[in-house]
Formats: sequence, structure tokens, C-alpha cells
Amino acid sequence: MEWFQLLQRFFGDFMQGAGVTLELTAVGLLIGFVLGLALALAKTFGAPGVSKFATGYIELFRGTPLLVQLFLIYYGLPSLGLTLSQTLSAYLALGLNSAAYQAEYLRGAIQAIGDAQMMAGRSIGLSRWQTIRLVILPQALRLALPAWSNEPISLLKTTAVVFLIAVQDLMAKAKRAATTTYNPIGSYIAVAVIYLVMVFILDALLKWLERKTKIPGLETDTNPA
Amino acid sequence: MIKPILTVKNLTKRYGEHTVFENINLTVNEGDTIVIIGPSGTGKSTFLRCLNLLTKPNGGQIWLDDQEITAKDVDEDQVRQHIGMVFQNFLLFNHLTALENVKLGLIHVKHMSKEAAEAKAREELARVGLAEQADHYPGQLSGGQQQRVGIARALAMDPRIMLFDEPTSALDPELIGEVLEVMRKLSFEGMTMIVVTHEMGFAREVADRIVFMEKGQIVEEGTPDQLFYHPQHERTREFLWKITELYGKKEKEA
Amino acid sequence: MDIGRFFQYIASGTAYTLGVTLIALPSGLILGMLFAFLAVYAGKIATRFFSIYSTIMRGIPPIVLLFILYFLMSGAINLTPFWAGSVSLGIISSAYQMEIFRGAILSVSADQMMAARAIGLSKIQAIRTVIFPQMIRIAIPGWSNEAAIVIKDSSLVYAIGVPEILRRAQLISASTQQPFLAYTTAAFIYFTLVFITNRLLNRAEQKLTIPSNP
Repeated sequence: MEWFQLLQRFFGDFMQGAGVTLELTAVGLLIGFVLGLALALAKTFGAPGVSKFATGYIELFRGTPLLVQLFLIYYGLPSLGLTLSQTLSAYLALGLNSAAYQAEYLRGAIQAIGDAQMMAGRSIGLSRWQTIRLVILPQALRLALPAWSNEPISLLKTTAVVFLIAVQDLMAKAKRAATTTYNPIGSYIAVAVIYLVMVFILDALLKWLERKTKIPGLETDTNPA
Repeated sequence: MIKPILTVKNLTKRYGEHTVFENINLTVNEGDTIVIIGPSGTGKSTFLRCLNLLTKPNGGQIWLDDQEITAKDVDEDQVRQHIGMVFQNFLLFNHLTALENVKLGLIHVKHMSKEAAEAKAREELARVGLAEQADHYPGQLSGGQQQRVGIARALAMDPRIMLFDEPTSALDPELIGEVLEVMRKLSFEGMTMIVVTHEMGFAREVADRIVFMEKGQIVEEGTPDQLFYHPQHERTREFLWKITELYGKKEKEA
Repeated sequence: MDIGRFFQYIASGTAYTLGVTLIALPSGLILGMLFAFLAVYAGKIATRFFSIYSTIMRGIPPIVLLFILYFLMSGAINLTPFWAGSVSLGIISSAYQMEIFRGAILSVSADQMMAARAIGLSKIQAIRTVIFPQMIRIAIPGWSNEAAIVIKDSSLVYAIGVPEILRRAQLISASTQQPFLAYTTAAFIYFTLVFITNRLLNRAEQKLTIPSNP
């Protein structure tokens, strides 16, 4: 069968590309988490100016296509004197973009935990920052997890556009297979399947993580006592 | 000579145009149990929160022992560890076990060693009758047990005074008793307490003084005997009549 | 090139961006809503089928699906990139919109269906007069989000050569050596489109809110 031959011939290539795709996802997720957490805290607890800035950042990055952000960084920044490689540009665009989405997931959870637990923390003499660190974040991160689980998967799919600045990810390999075999449909279906498999595995991993971090009794109102 | 622990002078709280309470004066002596009663929405909870600066008053002064805690340069976190607070909705830290809830402040505010904090926390849990439940998460405890953990968490800081903000009003009737029992014991041991509550039986039995608050003002203040049997104001009389009507029946049934 | 013509050139891509969105979003809406009702009410096999459809469509990056559908369509019926791209984005969006509507239908409680049947409405009548009006209100926030995503995803048709905003920004940045300005302009236009859409849908949501006491 023709399609299987294609898959066989390019299998090594595809796996290499899939590795790049996973790297892009991991790095983007990490940058996005650190920056997103800072943005969420700034938006919730920051001084009015800081909070406004965080809101503006989030709106701006959520309100424009990743592709535009990517081109702005890769093609636009050099005219301001900052030239980044393709891979670095992709990392940066994915990270900055993901930060805006992660900030919203985290902010929702932080606000849900918010004022009441802050008051409880302050009432025993913890400082604001201690309460955020010891009381609010440990709960908010767990609470945010189910909604946040969308982000790694969403980001994995989002990475598929970076081949447009010639990063050698899975999609770039598919394009190469398409042009060498004159079989674009077969090539793109092949990588679609690989993307699907990656999404399924990631999904299973996240579900496992969710179960693992569950606090007994917190999500349900059953009282064993 | 009797020494005041907490002195409140002309305390006022407003939100914009709305005045929650105005010019409240109150003196609490060492070992006193003060019960604040009054209709809902008259600023009793806000008043309590102002006492440990969780809400900032707009005017007036508060002294804890000889220190004015409403002064500008006061370290609020320092102040709060000396004023314990128990909340209506418990507000336990839901990601921590009962033991860890009590330990948290000991380690991070009092900077005790882990071992010392652990021992102290177990002691406090035993004091409220929850030694067995130390490793349960809040979600695994009944409301009454959660509230007792809340009390233990506040007691662990060795506060000069304890504030109780309607500690039993979120509880099912059958769970109220165990919490009141702990509070009663505390009061008899000499803990200084201010309690906002609708539990008139508790007030009558335990309070040294009862304060009746309405519409942001202290209407009347006196011993349980004075207030229950010889109220000076018509409004006090009306309120007490209504509330005993409502809660008295329940007490008899129980 | 003077600055006015520069902006004008990029902005003229807006017609294509809007065109793609205005084809993709409604076709995704019609398909998505149809699929959602079938998935909930048309029996076990339909539920199963649309669950698989949704999992596959939402598990593959939109750009990959766009390429597959584009090549399928341009091979079979010789559509222009503009039409092939728009319809493809509509099909992709249908899976996401189906999930929004399916969730909304399920969150209108089953009791509502029972109550409607109890006064003698048929299943179709119950869906039309009781379930649908409640479901649509619940779905608006999610749908509003999806509308913004489709506007942003319309930039993907850049990759199959449709002269929309991003493509125009690229063309003019090559000829004027002003990439930063060109892409900032493109970002600004997309942002404005998303912003206006969100505002309009917010207003619709408020208008449709069922009054209740807080």
C-alpha cells in the first residue's frame, strides 16, 4: 500500500520532527508557566498599575494570532537590532503566547481561592507573600490543573505553525515528504496520525497527574466522619 | 488590679457613603468573655475584623495591652499573631491536613522548629478533642470538627485574645454543641474572648458581659442578667424576645 | 512608499480575513449545532460517531487539517484557495463548536426535558421551545471564545496563499524593508477585529440573560 510505504520511508524523519515538536511544546509550556504565573499574581495582587499592565499583556497576546506574533519576533525584531534564530524565535513566540493563556487559567483559580484564604492566612500572622506562597498557590495550582490541562495539548497543536519560519518540526518534515513524493494528502494524514498519538499520550499523562495531586475530600462534599 | 487587654476608642468604619459602624468604644479586660449580639448586617463581623486589622478602620484607635495597633508604623503580621480569629466558614487551608493547618503558623510566623511545631500542634488538636483526626484533610472532617481545627489553629499562636465570628452559624444543629463546648472550656480556663454569636444559651452561661449592637452602634452593654432580665432599651428587649422565640424553641427540642 | 499607502495595503487584506471568518464561522455553527443535537438526542450510535469525530478533529493541529482538507478539495472540485481555506476552517471549527453546544445542551438539566414532555410536548417541540432557548444562552461565552479563535485561525490560510492581512504584511515588508511596522500593523488589525467581536457578543449575552435575584 502506497501510504504505508510513505510512512515507512519517512518514519525516521517524522520521529525526528516529532521530537522537535515535543521540545517546542515543553519549552513553550515552561516559559509560559513561569511568565503566566507572574502575570496571574500581578493581575490579582499587584498594584493598580502592575495589574493593568498584566491585563493589557494578556489581552494583547490572546487577541492576535500566534502566527503574527511569530513573524513579528522572527522577521520584525531584527529591524530593532535583535536577531534571533528560527528555533529561539519559535520558543519565544510560543512561550509569550502560552503565558497569556496560562495566566488566565491560573488567575481564575487564584481568585477562586482568593480573599477568604488570604484572610485566614493573615489572621494567624502570615505576611501577604507568605500567604500567597504557602496557602494560596498550593491550592490554586491544584484547582487550576483541570482547566490548565488544556494548555499543553493546545500548545502542542499550536506549535504546528512554526514550520512557516522553517523550524524543522513534524510539520516541516510532512511538507518535505509531500514535495518529494507528490503525495501531500498521504503525507499530511501520516503526520496527523502522529499528532493524534502525541495528543492522546499527553492527555493520559495529564489525567494521571490530576489524580495524583488530588486533595482527599476537597472536590467532593462527602464526609467520611 | 484588673488590666485591660484590648481598648477600642471611637472606632469607625465606612465604605464610601455607607457607614458600617461609628464611634464604637469597648474595653476588654484580661480573662473577660464578651459576647456581641445583634441583628444581621449591623457590622458585628466587620467590627471583629477591624480589631485584628484584617479590615482597616477609617477612624478611631485600638490598643492591644499598651501598644496602639492602629498606629502607622505597626507591623500588622506581628499584631495578628497575638489576636486569634475563628471564622464563620472555618477557612481552613484546604490543601493541608488538620495537623499541618495548625503547624503552618508555628513554623512560618513563630519560626519554631518542625519538631517543636509538630508537638505543639498535636497538643492543640488534643485540646479541642481532635488528636485522632490530625492527619485528615478538611474535606474529610465534619463541619464541627473543621471549626475545632480552626480554633486549634488560632490557639496555637498563643494569642492574648481570641475573636470568634459567628463560629457556629454555618454548622448543622447537631454539630454546634461540640464547638460551643470547646469555647466554654476556653472561657473557664481564663482565655480572653470576644464572640459574635446568636447562641443565647451560650451567651447567658459564659459571657461576663453582653454587648448589643444594632445599626452600627452599641445600644446596650451589661452582664447577662442585666440584658436578659432588665434591658434598658426597647430595642434590646425586642431583639432578645425575637431571638429567644427563634432559638429557644430549638434549644428545648434538643 | 508613503505611510498611508503602506497601512492601506495591509488593511485591504482585512476583506479576505473577514471573508474567511464569515464563511468559516457560520458553516461551523450550522454543522456544530446539528452534530451536537444529533450527538445528544439521536441515539447511541450517533453519540459514538460524533464523539470519535470530535476527538479526531480536535486532536489534530488546525494547520494540518487545513492542508489535508485543502488538498482533498482542490483535487476533487477545483476550489480556489480562498473557498477551500474558508470551508476547511469551517469544518475544523464544527468540531469545536459541537463540543460547546453539546456541553450547553447537557447542562440544561434533564428535568427540563421531563417537565416539557410532562405537559405533552413532543421531543422535537421540547428541544425547540425549552432546551434550545436555554442552551443558546449557556453556549454564548464559549462560542464567543470560538469566534475569536476562528478570526485568529483565519491567518492560517496565509499558508495556502490567500492574500489576507498576514500575507499582505509579508509582501509589503519585503518590498519596503519595514517588517516590524508591517507585522505590528497586522497585529493591530487582528486585535481590533477580535476586540469588536468580543464586545458585540458580550452585549448579546447581556441582552439574553434571564433575570434573577443575585
